[in-house]
Amino acid sequence: MASSTDLDIVNVTKRFGSHAAVDDVSFSVAPGEFFSILGPSGCGKTTLMRMIAGFEHPTSGDIRIRGKSMIGVPANKRPVNMVFQSLALFPMMTVGENVAYGLTCRGVSRAEAEERAGRMLERVGLKGFGERRVTALSGGQRQRVAIARCLVLEPTLVLLDEPLGALDLKLREHMKIELKQLQGTFNTTFAYITHDQSEALVMSDRIAVMNQGKFEQVGSPRELYHNPATPFVASFVGETNRLQGEAAAASNGAIAVRLPSGAIVQGQGSGAAQALAFVRPEAVALAQDPASLGNLPNRFEGRVSAVLFDGAASSLLIDTTGFEQPVRAVLPQAGPLVGIQVGAPVHVGWTADAMKVFAA
Amino acid sequence: MIAKQASRLTLFLLLAPAILWLGLLIVLPHVEILVLSFSERVAPRVYAFGFGNYLEFFTEPLYWRTFARTAFMSILVTALTLVLAFPIALYIARVAQGRLKAMLLLLCLLPFWVSELVRTLGWMILLRETGVISYALRSIGLAGQPVELLYNDGAVILGLVYGGLLFMIVPLANALESLEPAVVEAGYDLGGSRWTVLRRIVIPHAMPGIVAGCIIVFMLTVGNFATPVLLGGKNGLWFTEQIYAQFITRFNWPQGAAFGMLLLLLSSAIVWLGLRLTGQSLGTTLKQA
Ligand SMILES: Nc1ncnc2c1ncn2[C@@H]1O[C@H](COP(=O)(O)OP(=O)(O)OP(=O)(O)O)[C@@H](O)[C@H]1O
Ligand SMILES: [Mg+2]
Repeated sequence: MASSTDLDIVNVTKRFGSHAAVDDVSFSVAPGEFFSILGPSGCGKTTLMRMIAGFEHPTSGDIRIRGKSMIGVPANKRPVNMVFQSLALFPMMTVGENVAYGLTCRGVSRAEAEERAGRMLERVGLKGFGERRVTALSGGQRQRVAIARCLVLEPTLVLLDEPLGALDLKLREHMKIELKQLQGTFNTTFAYITHDQSEALVMSDRIAVMNQGKFEQVGSPRELYHNPATPFVASFVGETNRLQGEAAAASNGAIAVRLPSGAIVQGQGSGAAQALAFVRPEAVALAQDPASLGNLPNRFEGRVSAVLFDGAASSLLIDTTGFEQPVRAVLPQAGPLVGIQVGAPVHVGWTADAMKVFAA
Repeated sequence: MIAKQASRLTLFLLLAPAILWLGLLIVLPHVEILVLSFSERVAPRVYAFGFGNYLEFFTEPLYWRTFARTAFMSILVTALTLVLAFPIALYIARVAQGRLKAMLLLLCLLPFWVSELVRTLGWMILLRETGVISYALRSIGLAGQPVELLYNDGAVILGLVYGGLLFMIVPLANALESLEPAVVEAGYDLGGSRWTVLRRIVIPHAMPGIVAGCIIVFMLTVGNFATPVLLGGKNGLWFTEQIYAQFITRFNWPQGAAFGMLLLLLSSAIVWLGLRLTGQSLGTTLKQA
């Protein structure tokens, strides 16, 4: 039967001794999809990836590629290829030989393998690099060789384990876009793991957020950002203001959270006795005059404690009465508050919809 | 200026023992031997410059046959040692962890705690007609009468391989250890079989270690004396025996010196050939060893 998914992970668990590195994880990846697994260091991403590639064996559960179970299939027989975190190019071979390696393993003749490797190198923008040694390449070029080496085999699925981790910031930004474009032109399914949320948000069609061996939420970047399902997702994906308090009564669909200082904020969600509330910096409206924040249910006054200038990602920290932590807001770079200075009094406010409340 | 001179002096003082060592123990005797090898006895106690000692080597078949045999057997021993040591080194470097690894290396080192002579005598106890193996073969009925396992080429090769094993394992394990595990995994991931990964990734990576180990084992084997004499007996026919005979038995030092020079030439030529054939440079090889 033809399968409509490229990869199915069914209740996969991997234990090292008593520690569950991957704990009952299930998900599916559709053909042509760019699927990312995002999680903090040590949450089990690499372990999951290595099980798909065939270097670790799940303690329980099933891994299916195009509907075929991969349990018991050795790594060199699986239709998946991996881009390693360290890239793991073969230093004893030239660039061309690196790319042709997989083809010759499949019994493609030397001449044809070389020709196909040459064409692949051309497609990733490394025309004429075939004779170079891999040690004589820049970081970005090596990256492309590692990907070309996989793509030339036309695998069902390409696994990428933090492949941009070793690059400097500028190149990383560049490679993000390039990777996404490559994936588009080859129309190959990518499973990408990273602990960098911006990488995941920019490139992915869908993201799974992983924490301590479990999936917290799977969804599109927008879904994760705007509708986090758990407090972990809310705080791990993107910048946010985190408030802790007691859930109090709610009016017209909103829930109120009483902060330790007695201040009350209103948001959407549910909370038992203890509640966590999150609001994104860009949802925080600023004004010099409280009247212009007129109908917002959450209104507070404060004083600018720091201006963190970072171009388009600049923000303001505002010491707000009733809050233990300063509130983070986006630095206004147009309008009446342009050029706001540390110490300036300011009013902050946000809607109840912008504030997500979870039971702590 | 003064500081510079002082640092030069320090450097010199630090290097002095090494220079003395090299000069006194290696260069000086060899120059001496070289000079000696070109002196011919023209009359009792009268020596003259000449190539007679070298000519003698080529005209007497026993000499050059022994020489060729030594070269051939040494290459064979080196190859056998490599084949035996490779899986062991692979296991030590890539599979064994922590204490096990240290233990295995120690195990390889253990035979070297007794002198070469005693080790070789140990082999004799095992292999001789009245020895352990012969007795065992008879008692399980595989042999009707005592079997002599000593005094043949097999015994010589066995002893030499045994003596060379450690010197092959250490540089090999060193070279294999530096191979990144992810590179091997990538080899499998891209569809390589065990054999392909070994041939195209592991062996090329270990090449400097392989060459280093081979050079060491080859040199040790060519220059070995006790093992071929004791385990080979009359059939040993090792070139070092000829040198020994010239120096000690015949008291013909110039002839012995010529043989010594020829042996040196042989090892150098074969090492050079080996480096050329494998495309390695002496520098990278020495780094491994
Ligand atoms: N071979 C192993 N033996 C025992 N424990 C292991 C092994 N491999 C991984 N672990 C443990 O499993 C957990 C998950 O490891 P994993 O390498 O999958 O993390 P990760 O999410 O990839 O982290 P990072 O982002 O730092 O690479 C860690 O706690 C780690 O210590
Ligand atoms: Mg990892």
